[in-house]
Amino acid sequence: MSLDQDTVKRIARLARLKLSEERIKPMQEDLNRILHFIDQLNEVETGNVEAIAGVNMPIMPMREDKVTDGDKVQDILQNAPEVACNMFVVPKVVE
Amino acid sequence: MTKLAIKPSLKNDLIHLTLAEARRGLEDKKFSAVELTKAYLDSMEEHRHLNAYILETPEQALEEAKECDARLAKGEGRPLEGIPLAMKDLFCTKGIQTTAASHILEGFIPPYESTISDNLKKAGTITLGKTNLDEFAMGSANITSYFGNVISPWKRADGKDLTPGGSSGGTAAAVAGGLAVAGTATDTGGSIRQPAAFTGLVGLKPTYGRCSRWGTVAFASSLDQAGTITRDVRDSALMLKAMAGHDPKDATSAHVEVPDFAKALELGVKGLKVGIPKEYHLDDMPEDILNLWEQGKKWLVEAGAELVDISLPHTKYSLPTYYVLAPAEASSNLARYDGVRYGLRVPGKTLDELYENTRSEGFGVEVQRRIMIGTYVLSAGYYDAYYLKAQKVRRLVTQDFELAYQKVDVILTPTTPSAAFALDEKPTDPVVMYLNDVLTVPANLAGLPAISVPAGFSKEGLPLGLQLIGPAFDENVLFRTARALEEAAQFKSFLRGYAS
Repeated sequence: MSLDQDTVKRIARLARLKLSEERIKPMQEDLNRILHFIDQLNEVETGNVEAIAGVNMPIMPMREDKVTDGDKVQDILQNAPEVACNMFVVPKVVE
Repeated sequence: MTKLAIKPSLKNDLIHLTLAEARRGLEDKKFSAVELTKAYLDSMEEHRHLNAYILETPEQALEEAKECDARLAKGEGRPLEGIPLAMKDLFCTKGIQTTAASHILEGFIPPYESTISDNLKKAGTITLGKTNLDEFAMGSANITSYFGNVISPWKRADGKDLTPGGSSGGTAAAVAGGLAVAGTATDTGGSIRQPAAFTGLVGLKPTYGRCSRWGTVAFASSLDQAGTITRDVRDSALMLKAMAGHDPKDATSAHVEVPDFAKALELGVKGLKVGIPKEYHLDDMPEDILNLWEQGKKWLVEAGAELVDISLPHTKYSLPTYYVLAPAEASSNLARYDGVRYGLRVPGKTLDELYENTRSEGFGVEVQRRIMIGTYVLSAGYYDAYYLKAQKVRRLVTQDFELAYQKVDVILTPTTPSAAFALDEKPTDPVVMYLNDVLTVPANLAGLPAISVPAGFSKEGLPLGLQLIGPAFDENVLFRTARALEEAAQFKSFLRGYAS
């Protein structure tokens, strides 16, 4: 599998990364090298194999459905680049 | 910073001690925690060119040391009371900058403490500072940090600056160079074991689930595991005891008993079956690595173990599997860095533009490359071909180990396919760099505990490590076997062999 430059731009858009024109070709080359390496996996017969998301995973433990934490507005906001009225500020998204 | 008041000879001795030796010295009142801490702070100042620390925290360290001395004076020393540690800058530390070596987190002050650093604090340790790493722990040479490369204290005859390995290169350089007694690290594909091997130290990646991941900046959540880089095997056992345990804040941390790991050191290896996987014998493996492996086998046989040839047939596919799964998980984990709630913000006219500007400026090249790969393998139309396929091969890799452990107790391999390389010899092809982890990645995919023990030298005189891989939650077998290797190897550490 080999990526063309339009696909590289599309993935960058999905990942919310801005790639300047001069970075597209080197990124395309690097990604294609990595994908070529990954393509070895096609040699492996996995017809009846069940996928796993992780290992040593216990059954997700249940806990009581109650609030254990909270009232941390200042903690949550203290690292924010821009704050107003106890809220995060972003550029206007609705006209 | 205040200058060291103690005699230079004492200081020199102090920065050579293992954790266990330092604990004994503190208990016997040979020196105080403040003296020990000052010796390290001084050494850190002297060796800033190694760039091992992103942030030094001398004032807090001395405050903590005073508290430790007060406890020691009352005979109330906790298990690791008064031990000055290097903390990888991937562990969130309350009120102290935590960056993951990324521009995007520069200036981030966590309002909470990671479980690992909290557990260590409660065991009595002192934090000297936050150590450098590859950005978001993505790398094998500590050359992707926004805060610059880390330089190994080791030198080759040509005098070139060498990599300490990565991603935990800062902790490795610090512990090897006398800038911390021991340190914390994390391992997603080899980030503890490879730097430990490159710097002549013991590096332990515990079983997935042994240590809580809460408060550790996430890279690939199904693979990340916290562990230790120490000067000997005993120190590793002592550190793990303090760090491990179930944590209600991490649902993947296991409900299993935490044994007194140090007790396993005395058990020896008589009668142990040690598996030698033929697939770890790589085609182009250098002779010094092969010789080291042979030597390791001989040592274990001489100590009473039995060698068993085994096969882990999917070994070859571990690295390609890893380079689907780890970037996929990373692209998802790193979606949170958006310039809105914390970290860097680069303004934009629209919200999307703000995201894109922030992430392009905030993430380095390697991190962006991995986000791109991860986004691609998870995208519509490619998910089955890449992500699902890799998850299936992961099961096969895991099953290989399960079958092997029906026949053997532990597995012995080299840790890395080479010794440390010079910083100006770094490969330009990302895949060539990824091959550094070819022998360490399988244990991460299978969630198994593994340890690297310094065991010999390359033909250029640089340290090489042997790796032991154990069954899940059997770190004890690693400590037993690692101790036997350590006893046989009589490895001369950087400090004890060279600097003194």
